[in-house]
Amino acid sequence: MRADLEIIEKWIQPESHVLDLGCGDGTLLDYLQREKNASGFGLEINPDHITTCMGRGVSVIEQDLDNQGLGNFQDQSFDVVLMTQALQAVRRPDVVLDEMLRLGRECIVTFPNFAYWRLRWYLMRRGRMPESETLPYKWYNTPNIHLCTFNDFETLCYRKNIRILNRTVVDSEHRYRWFNRLWPNMLGQIAIYRITR
Amino acid sequence: MPDSLPPDSVGLVEPQTLHFPEPLTLACGQTLPEYDLVVETYGELNADASNAVLICHALSGHHHAAGYHSSDERKPGWWDSCIGPGKPIDTDRFFVVSLNNLGGCHGSTGPNSTNPETGRCYGPDFPVVTVRDWVDSQARLADRLGIQQWAAVVGGSLGGMQALQWSLSYPDRLRHAVAIASTPRLTAQNIAFNEVARKAITSDPDFHEGRYADHDTTPRRGLMLARMVGHITYLSDASMGEKFGRELREEAQKFGYDAEFQVESYLRYQGERFSETFDANTYLLMTRALDYFDPAREFDNDLAKALQHARCQFLVLSFSTDWRFTPERSEELVKAMIAARCRVSYAEIDAPWGHDAFLIPTPRYMDTFTAYMDRVAREVSA
Repeated sequence: MRADLEIIEKWIQPESHVLDLGCGDGTLLDYLQREKNASGFGLEINPDHITTCMGRGVSVIEQDLDNQGLGNFQDQSFDVVLMTQALQAVRRPDVVLDEMLRLGRECIVTFPNFAYWRLRWYLMRRGRMPESETLPYKWYNTPNIHLCTFNDFETLCYRKNIRILNRTVVDSEHRYRWFNRLWPNMLGQIAIYRITR
Repeated sequence: MPDSLPPDSVGLVEPQTLHFPEPLTLACGQTLPEYDLVVETYGELNADASNAVLICHALSGHHHAAGYHSSDERKPGWWDSCIGPGKPIDTDRFFVVSLNNLGGCHGSTGPNSTNPETGRCYGPDFPVVTVRDWVDSQARLADRLGIQQWAAVVGGSLGGMQALQWSLSYPDRLRHAVAIASTPRLTAQNIAFNEVARKAITSDPDFHEGRYADHDTTPRRGLMLARMVGHITYLSDASMGEKFGRELREEAQKFGYDAEFQVESYLRYQGERFSETFDANTYLLMTRALDYFDPAREFDNDLAKALQHARCQFLVLSFSTDWRFTPERSEELVKAMIAARCRVSYAEIDAPWGHDAFLIPTPRYMDTFTAYMDRVAREVSA
């Protein structure tokens, strides 16, 4: 399993009811169902991912967060709401965060850090929008329309009275390195936050 | 039948008639003293009878879902695209049961049958049966076949309603319910279309208040009109446009009211064929069953409350251009399932064919359906 999913998995209690926004091929939910007896749903828009989820027994719902929202889910109906590597691709990340916290007691969010030193260096040296292994797109065709830094995210949480319960900073391979913690906004590539109201 | 059978066909099949001598009390309060169901099966029931799949038919469907009855038969059963070896409902792995519902006109007890109490044909006296009644009769069918629990109950349109009703009426007797291009209840517009269809039939001078058999006739024109209006609602504007455009049958306009456009002659042909093979009283009854279906009704119109009784897992599929039962209707159903904490998967298949798309094997539809049924089959063999 992907390293970030392993980190997230440790933050989820057995028997949890989980909503995974942008669940991909359902790897995490499948694992949580089997190993932690979790229940819940994945939301996805990619048809191939949806098919894979169905084939492996993950309950998946085709739903476009940006256009359809999350109005079909009731307040506080999940123990955990997850969103891995998708916050930067939604039209209104702030609204999505509010919605996630409306639905779940806790939320886990991961996103790439735009203040990572390599990206800073890329922009300074070439004067062009950075491309990297975590951001492998051109500026005009990227699905990532709201890139942010760890500082930006934490400022938003502060403004919204969102409590940060845990933060882990990892590299693009989702490995946890000691130096990431030293200066996360400069040295961390991907952040994994556990938040609540 | 084609000269050589394709390897994914169930091949030649034979329907059988099962007689049920026990009386069945219906939702309307009347009792059928006894009844017949015409059934087809494909594949083999396994030792612990855990691999059975029930196929529920839509408005004008019947027991003949797959394969051919004879080498002369031009077309295979109505859902041959999805039932057979290697197809989504894989007959190498599942034992598939398909029937003609009560009230039907393809051999099961219906308006054309003899009423044992009077010795006469039921005609319009055949009671209005509901989706729930059908499911009750299907449960007895399951008993007869030695099936305690279906691996899945599957249906499109009105068939999807039956799958849904199964999950509520007999929660422990199915593992999965698959509702394709279906809805938890008809909209006013849906009911309006049904009413136009019924009115077309009942206002035919040959209808004789449903006793057309006594007059040795059938309300053919009414039935044809009913089917024509129905048929329009099953297709999409785009699929009709693609199939016929505004093409004239002959070059010049004739400034008359014969079938001049291709689409007109197509609809007339379809309507005529239908009126030769379908019974008018059955059409009235089946559209009424559609109108009445509303499982939320007895739960303060709260569908989620009704679904709290369900134990099975659900697959819900809709089609983007279906305007008879739109994707929004399926989403309404899924929303209630989520609220009831049912295990449900949902996909909206992008297909141009309107409501009829559930009968057409488009790639994503087949992939999704196959993946889901494959997992059902793995559960059975595990």
